[in-house]
Amino acid sequence: MSALRKSSPLAVTGKYLALGFYVAFALFPLYWLAKIAVTPDKLIFTEGTALFPSRFTFENFGTVLLATDFLSYFKNSVFVSIGTAAITTAIAAAAGYAFSRFAFRGKRLIVALMLITQMFPLLMIIAPIYKIVAAVGLLNSLTSLIIVYTAFNIPFATFLMQSFFDGIPKDLEEAAMMDGCTRFEALRKIILPLTLPGLGATLGFVFTAAWSELLFALMLINSNDTMTFPVGLLTFVSKFSVDWGQMMAAGVLALVPSCLFFIFIQRYLVQGLTSGAVKG
Amino acid sequence: MTAIDTAVPGRKPRARPTFYFRYMVEPYLYLTPAILLIALVMLVPLVIGVSYAFQAVNLLRPFQSGWVGFANFEALWTDRKFWLALTNTFWWTLGSIFFQFFLGLGLAMLLNTQFHGKRIVQALVFLPWAVPTFLSALTWAWLFNPTIGPLPHWLAALGILSEPFNILGDPDLAMWGPITANVWFGIPFFAITLLAALQSIPHELYEAAEIDGATPWQTFTKITLPFLAPMIAITVMLRTIWIANFADLIFVMTGGGPANSTQILSTYIFTTAFRKLDFGYASAIAVALLGLLLIYAAILLVLRRKLVKI
Amino acid sequence: MARIELSNIAKAYGSVEVMRDIDLTIEDGEFIVLVGPSGCGKSTLLRMIAGLEPISAGDFTVDGRRMNDVPPRDRDMAMVFQSYALYPHMDVARNMGFSLEIRKSPNEERSSKVREAAKTLGLGNLTARLPKQLSGGQRQRVAMGRAIVRDPSAFLFDEPLSNLDAALRVEMRLEIARLHQRLKATMIYVTHDQVEALTLADRIVVLNAGDIQQVGTPLELYDRPANKFVAQFIGSPTMNILGIEPRDGGISLKNGTKLQLGLSGGQSAASELGVRPEHLNIVAPDAAHISGTAELVEHLGSDTNIHASVPGIGQVLVREHGHFPLKSGDKVGIALDLDKTHLFGPDGRRLAA
Repeated sequence: MSALRKSSPLAVTGKYLALGFYVAFALFPLYWLAKIAVTPDKLIFTEGTALFPSRFTFENFGTVLLATDFLSYFKNSVFVSIGTAAITTAIAAAAGYAFSRFAFRGKRLIVALMLITQMFPLLMIIAPIYKIVAAVGLLNSLTSLIIVYTAFNIPFATFLMQSFFDGIPKDLEEAAMMDGCTRFEALRKIILPLTLPGLGATLGFVFTAAWSELLFALMLINSNDTMTFPVGLLTFVSKFSVDWGQMMAAGVLALVPSCLFFIFIQRYLVQGLTSGAVKG
Repeated sequence: MTAIDTAVPGRKPRARPTFYFRYMVEPYLYLTPAILLIALVMLVPLVIGVSYAFQAVNLLRPFQSGWVGFANFEALWTDRKFWLALTNTFWWTLGSIFFQFFLGLGLAMLLNTQFHGKRIVQALVFLPWAVPTFLSALTWAWLFNPTIGPLPHWLAALGILSEPFNILGDPDLAMWGPITANVWFGIPFFAITLLAALQSIPHELYEAAEIDGATPWQTFTKITLPFLAPMIAITVMLRTIWIANFADLIFVMTGGGPANSTQILSTYIFTTAFRKLDFGYASAIAVALLGLLLIYAAILLVLRRKLVKI
Repeated sequence: MARIELSNIAKAYGSVEVMRDIDLTIEDGEFIVLVGPSGCGKSTLLRMIAGLEPISAGDFTVDGRRMNDVPPRDRDMAMVFQSYALYPHMDVARNMGFSLEIRKSPNEERSSKVREAAKTLGLGNLTARLPKQLSGGQRQRVAMGRAIVRDPSAFLFDEPLSNLDAALRVEMRLEIARLHQRLKATMIYVTHDQVEALTLADRIVVLNAGDIQQVGTPLELYDRPANKFVAQFIGSPTMNILGIEPRDGGISLKNGTKLQLGLSGGQSAASELGVRPEHLNIVAPDAAHISGTAELVEHLGSDTNIHASVPGIGQVLVREHGHFPLKSGDKVGIALDLDKTHLFGPDGRRLAA
């Protein structure tokens, strides 16, 4: 709005109140998670509904980290998530570049195909994928997860990368090609450095998606050694059904990577979606 | 002269230069990895999955496999749990999308203004989207737990509940648990996408409206909404489909219970496949779900063509 | 250097043909301008020469060697883009030297060439800046510097001055003209501004809707336009076109006025008469061919444009040198310099005597 219209104090207060509610609503569950995680065992039930613990301790974290398979689950998830993020971003960057720069026969068809994959319930293919993965002998392997997750994330990642590429003028590559680059060289030396925010955003997005995936991991992984975090935490929870402090501590630790990533990249996500939209 | 030459006399025949060929093939070089992976991991299994619906594929009874035509679908038609899951899917989707959308829109509009600490606030309110869904499911389950969580006590104190009991254990109210968690999780999605759309509306339009004397409500309905409409249409359609397919949250929070009151079609598919290992029946349910979603998408497209004149 | 030949060039997008039968020879060292309205295909033609668009049919040769299949990097041509296309994350020096960097030239050679080009264009103290820290005119110069450093056989310009304000445009136009004089390289220049075309070109190629209308020197296009399109495109203000009918060995205008203009055999089908505003004069009514009322008078100081309304004919624009004392509403008599008129047939072609 223009600077001429002054908002009434009532409207301004209302706005900050509303924002306050949104922030409180967003943070409240996470706060509660953290609160129970640092509450010592004895006080958990007595202080169940108190807002602040009277004493706090890190012993829950200690137990979780040292006395359970937690670290192994964490390691597996990190491996799978980073692997998926890296491979997906590379493939999606290439595909997004193709969609952004080229007009070719079959473009519509391929875009439609990618859209279709976003629409059907993934659970539809959980049975066939189980059978195929079993047939290939990759059950209980992290590689199978990486392959499956990569395929799932390619459509949306491609759409993201395409948005970011759309925000860079085409004649930069053309100038580079006149200067002596092949198109691929131009992509590497000129365009990619300019899409670093886009690459970062896509990496972060795919990482978060892979980090949280539960059902396919549950289906494809059975052995404790290769369990990823979501599956591990779930079994953990059913085993320790009364040790709330430890469960919450594990939960807090699970949050850290994806939240960190996301805080850094969410600005680029909005930016990328906007600039792609403006270019139409 | 032959028939070909009469058009333009003396025109040289069209050459097939290698440069042209390279030009045509180039895009596909960039697209091949993506197309390959998607085809292999998603499209081929999709076809296989649909075919399972017409077979008896049960890992627990490997010697009874074979084509059974529509037998799975007949069983589906008489399955009371299926129809219950269908109704639940409807309420689950409607309840989730309604609150997510309007709260997300409100947040997007707030974020589109200037205020102190905007950067921090923006990062914080988007946080729920980054929380892994299984974790938010667990967290909200704990929040709703009368022993360990505050919500039943607070709701009782506010008079909404007669006494603090386990909402997730009550068949009539259990669905509200996952819906609340889903709303918490989904607000950032709408907030981000609608904020991006809001920010792409040229400022000059608002200034012109102000000079023309429009009230804030008029500005909203005549400028903001029309510009947002395409983005709203896409996000609502996509998100509805995702929510209808979203099994993780319910699976972790309630497992579909109590008494199948929170069982939706996707969780039914998963439990049939995972617990009973009856891939054939699970695929039949999945095909039914897919069919419903296609009908939904088709209705939306028809509606869109009729309503949107752009 | 380069002698460029385009023979029977055609361009199609899918099944839609946008250009065909383009024949053009560009001599070594020539400054040739492709000019025409938006969408006429001039940029497409330039990009085909550069190698950024594939040629659908025909032959494109440089010094006798067929170049249709050669990728842009091997054509030894440099291009100055309308938006300059400077690499945003590199400073001016690196932008200008990028082509040498790609070819792995030794550093001293690269920096000395860059320094020389920067000095020529007056960019000496800006070499460490990033493009976003430069003004429009400076960015333009960097784009030109990038082309100069390459020392190519041909320079291609794609509407390089469109994004500059009027004063800068004039200044840069002179820079480009001086550059051509100094380097004597082949330059192919695309613009929609006929003033740029007339001032810069050795020869001009006028395009419309994918077809070449005429190729010639600026003066040829001015004095002997091939058709109505060229006649009205070249020269500002636009040529007046008046409908005529042959009558009694001469012609008569739509309001009945007879003009003593001998028609040769080839001109018997003439249906329109063209006369440039500068070839009309405001005279006393008894010495005039036609008369009317001055509706709008524009005083530019160096010239005066008189928009007159002549009953039976319509709007006629007259240009007089210097300051001509007339006001809106004054009655005017207009005389035509009959030697400087052009006759056009029904198909728009100019009919020569």
